[in-house]
Amino acid sequence: MTTLALQRAEPLGSASTAQAFRTAQGGLIERRRTLDFTFDGKRLTGCHGDTLASALLANGVRLVGRSFKYHRPRGILTAGSEEPNALVELRSGARREPNTRATMAELYEGLEAASQNRWPSLAVDALSVNALLAPVFAAGFYYKTFMWPASLWEKLYEPMIRRAAGLGRAADAPDPDIYDRAHAHCDVLVIGGGPAGLSAALAAGRSGARVILVDEDFVTGGRLLAERREIGGESGAAWAARAVAELQSLPEVRILSRTTLFGVYDHGSYGAVERVSDHVAVPAAHAPRQRLWRIVAKRAVLAAGALERPHVFGGNDRPGVMLAGAVRTYLNRYGVLPGRRVAVFTSSDDGWRTVADVLAAGGTVPAVIDTRASVPPQLRRMAEAAGARVVVGGYVAGTKGHLGLTAIQVVDGYDSTETIACDCLAMANGWNPVVHLDSHLSRRPVWNEAIHAFVPGPLPSGMRAVGAAAGLFSLSGCLESGARAGAEAATDCGFAASAEPAPATDPESEGHIPLWRVPRPKGKAFADFQNDVAATDVELAHREGFRAVELLKRYTTLGMATDQGKTSNLAGLSIMAELTGQSIPSVGTTVFRPPFTPVAIGAFAGHHRGKDFRATRYVPSHAWAEENGGVFVETGLWLRPAYFPKAGETDWLETVVREVETVRARVGVCDVTTLGKIDIQGRDALAFIERVCANPFATLPVGKARYAVLLREDGFVLDDGTIARLAETHYVMTASTANAAKVMQHLEFCRQWLWPELDVQLASVSEQWAQYAVAGPRARDTLRRVIDPGFDIGNEAFPFLACADVTVGGGIPARLFRISFSGELAYELAVPAAYGDAAWRALMQAGLPYGITAYGSEALSVMRIEKGHAAGAEINGQTTARDLGLGGMLAKKKDYVGRLMKERPALTDPDRPMLVGFRPVEPGARLRAGAHFLALGAAPSLEADEGVMTSVAYSPSLKSWIGIGLIRRGPERHGERVRAYDPVRDADVEVEICSPVFVDPKEEKLRV
Amino acid sequence: MRIRCPYCGERDNGEFSYLGDAAPQRPDGLEASAEAMHDYVYLRDNPAGTIRELWYHASGCRSWLVVTRDTRTHAIESVEPARDVARARRSGEAA
Repeated sequence: MTTLALQRAEPLGSASTAQAFRTAQGGLIERRRTLDFTFDGKRLTGCHGDTLASALLANGVRLVGRSFKYHRPRGILTAGSEEPNALVELRSGARREPNTRATMAELYEGLEAASQNRWPSLAVDALSVNALLAPVFAAGFYYKTFMWPASLWEKLYEPMIRRAAGLGRAADAPDPDIYDRAHAHCDVLVIGGGPAGLSAALAAGRSGARVILVDEDFVTGGRLLAERREIGGESGAAWAARAVAELQSLPEVRILSRTTLFGVYDHGSYGAVERVSDHVAVPAAHAPRQRLWRIVAKRAVLAAGALERPHVFGGNDRPGVMLAGAVRTYLNRYGVLPGRRVAVFTSSDDGWRTVADVLAAGGTVPAVIDTRASVPPQLRRMAEAAGARVVVGGYVAGTKGHLGLTAIQVVDGYDSTETIACDCLAMANGWNPVVHLDSHLSRRPVWNEAIHAFVPGPLPSGMRAVGAAAGLFSLSGCLESGARAGAEAATDCGFAASAEPAPATDPESEGHIPLWRVPRPKGKAFADFQNDVAATDVELAHREGFRAVELLKRYTTLGMATDQGKTSNLAGLSIMAELTGQSIPSVGTTVFRPPFTPVAIGAFAGHHRGKDFRATRYVPSHAWAEENGGVFVETGLWLRPAYFPKAGETDWLETVVREVETVRARVGVCDVTTLGKIDIQGRDALAFIERVCANPFATLPVGKARYAVLLREDGFVLDDGTIARLAETHYVMTASTANAAKVMQHLEFCRQWLWPELDVQLASVSEQWAQYAVAGPRARDTLRRVIDPGFDIGNEAFPFLACADVTVGGGIPARLFRISFSGELAYELAVPAAYGDAAWRALMQAGLPYGITAYGSEALSVMRIEKGHAAGAEINGQTTARDLGLGGMLAKKKDYVGRLMKERPALTDPDRPMLVGFRPVEPGARLRAGAHFLALGAAPSLEADEGVMTSVAYSPSLKSWIGIGLIRRGPERHGERVRAYDPVRDADVEVEICSPVFVDPKEEKLRV
Repeated sequence: MRIRCPYCGERDNGEFSYLGDAAPQRPDGLEASAEAMHDYVYLRDNPAGTIRELWYHASGCRSWLVVTRDTRTHAIESVEPARDVARARRSGEAA
């Protein structure tokens, strides 16, 4: 059954002669360099210079895919990036890439392509019954059908629709290729490599201006490659090749081919994607698959050309129905006859070019149907001389053929119908300038009645539109406007440029009267091929009141497919204009947004994936930590040692407990370099600090440090740290690891914007100093062996909160702070970052006799929870100083950031959750951060919620889990029991409220 | 977008971070009222047109800048160091 159908499916291509539809000569392909490729597993042969589309047509393959909604057979409509139908899966395995336009896929040896959205095979698609159900799948069907019973939507209807409708399958494995990003600056950016773009690039490039020419094709020349035209006595393709050669010889000109300019952004910024290796099976070693360009140009010349418009008639989606310009591209550039008998359906003079080109390539033209009332007599004579039936003032109403076109039904000017056999129909309904790019910056195109098309409206600053993109469709107009704009753009940039007179071209006629849809179509007449939106869907939207253009789009999905309606939008708009009795410009267009064509996420990500997603910052002791089995944790950009397992330790908790116990009993050292360090100097340094900190600093003497709390202007805590006064007008401040950049930005804001009169300077010195906490009863003994002799660090000479400039290792400048996060006798030693590794190793060596341990961020965290110090989980942007138990230290007699707003009634509500400690009532019970507090016996509800556990740790000192958290009126409730309820992890633990300071509440240990 | 930093030249907007309207002025001093502070912290105009706004050259010179921009077109009229603008405003107040 399947076999039979397959045979029937390929009436043209089953011919065993390879490339049966290749012309005898001509085209820009290299006929001797053949390339083998497969389509749906079938081995085929093409030529170097082919696209997948041209190679398929050369082999007579017209059926390429199934449509999105109705699974209708679809072929190749276009020869460019606007292709709506011929979407395939390219490559296999991890490189499988769905929805690739066959018209853009450059053929390479071994290319594997597969059709998509069909089951079990392209020729026999079981789901094509959707076409029979077309009334069900009409516009807005998902709003109207499958709605009852509602319970079936998620289980049945949605999965069913999703399976039936769709495009290709993404690869299941990670993308094995690399993607690159590049930045470029230029004087003149030329968008498009057709006659207008080449002229512009030449005019600008010859002046010495830096020019970048971006062209999406792999051969530069645009439609010069696709038409049989003459420029200055040579063929258009030859002229293009000479222009490219000259541009390549100019040192300041760069041609980016295989590059699509996909977005226009503010102030002369542009986005482009270069398909570096898409035309080979596997990228060369170290070569990227694609490269994303960010281009900044002083001037731009938009020469993006125009897209041809299909006619809207019955069965206009049948494989074999193509745009006339595409037919000429396949004939003239690729040496491929898209059919033996090519009928032409045109509303414009240029459609008639197809007749001559088909005849020249050895095909026949059974009929030319022109919708206009009259046509230039010389065109008619030329066609009739070749034996074509010429119908003027008629139209094609419908098409016939099972999986490909076999005949058209033609209605003549007298309304009589005849059927004409053909295997290809070329439609020419005029051209739409590519107005996408110039419309990206919230601009709208304007209607030009003379050419029946939207043309660029007010252009972005610095941009000029030329050639077909500006609605100048004649070749002479392209050459002339391109050269002029290129010269003007270079002149704007300060170069002496002039446009040379454009070379002469062969004569051309531009007559055109579009037919937006045929009067009486036979069968479904599609406006949007890729999303299966027919003219009748637009009528339905009109009947149901979805008439505004943006509503029409959403209701019918017109123009919402991956092609963004490049061939369909105007068809839909024009039908709505007709139905509402409005003009096309008053119906208007939808908004154009980047990207012009789909861009792979990988190209945007570039090298920023996996562990390179963002930069990694290493602490100065990183090498030692790696050598000694440290386990690391990511905190922001930093990779910090979390703990240092020793041989025999079986889990992280065992290690962390050992590290904490060693610090509390002997000595430990921890890398705290990740803290932000801000140097504050100047005559008004103190005045500045007083205004940015909420606690007072006027009494801080030189040689002392103090805890500092910073508020945001809205009254919440921004961050905390320490400020040490190293000299009369010299302070150094620390900020938490996570907030370092934010605090710096805030301080600069205060300095530059709020109080510019203060004589104070700030410098971030986070990178310049390595900083180590040395904590524990033997911290002083350890440090004595590192700090150069002569500096007394005894308790009396250097008491708690002292700070000083010292030297280590024989004269290396260092800073010593007697501050403690752990609650132990502790110091922080800062050394220039370059000595960071050496100083760490010296400390480990010095502490050896005292049993020193390195401890990581886990032990650090355990000890700060044991001491009830707030950190990131508590200073979360929703807590005030009062909430955190810091209310008492706030200054009363100075103005500072956040002073007034922290007094707002809601922030001083005594019912607010405040910081306290928690311990489990049942010894050994595990606590969880994130648990919510409930009164004993209260049913869990939002109303009953009293607060949240913010941090927990297993305390080696207490041999119990402990936690700190925020609970309503917490400090008044010491001794009270509540539930710590955590339904996410199925935990419900009775806890007792206590002081958040679990260890050494009298702070005796840190003052000895 | 491209912003011409007075110190670093024209740079990509990815180097900058945005704060907002530069018009509100902090009511300094112990005598400032809570109402005035509330307005300073929360009340902003959102004009369709020209606005002077604060940007921070985070990945550059760390300057706060006053950028005069048209919100409809993103056209940038001027970029000034915020410190100069603030100083000029102070001296204007003093005069």
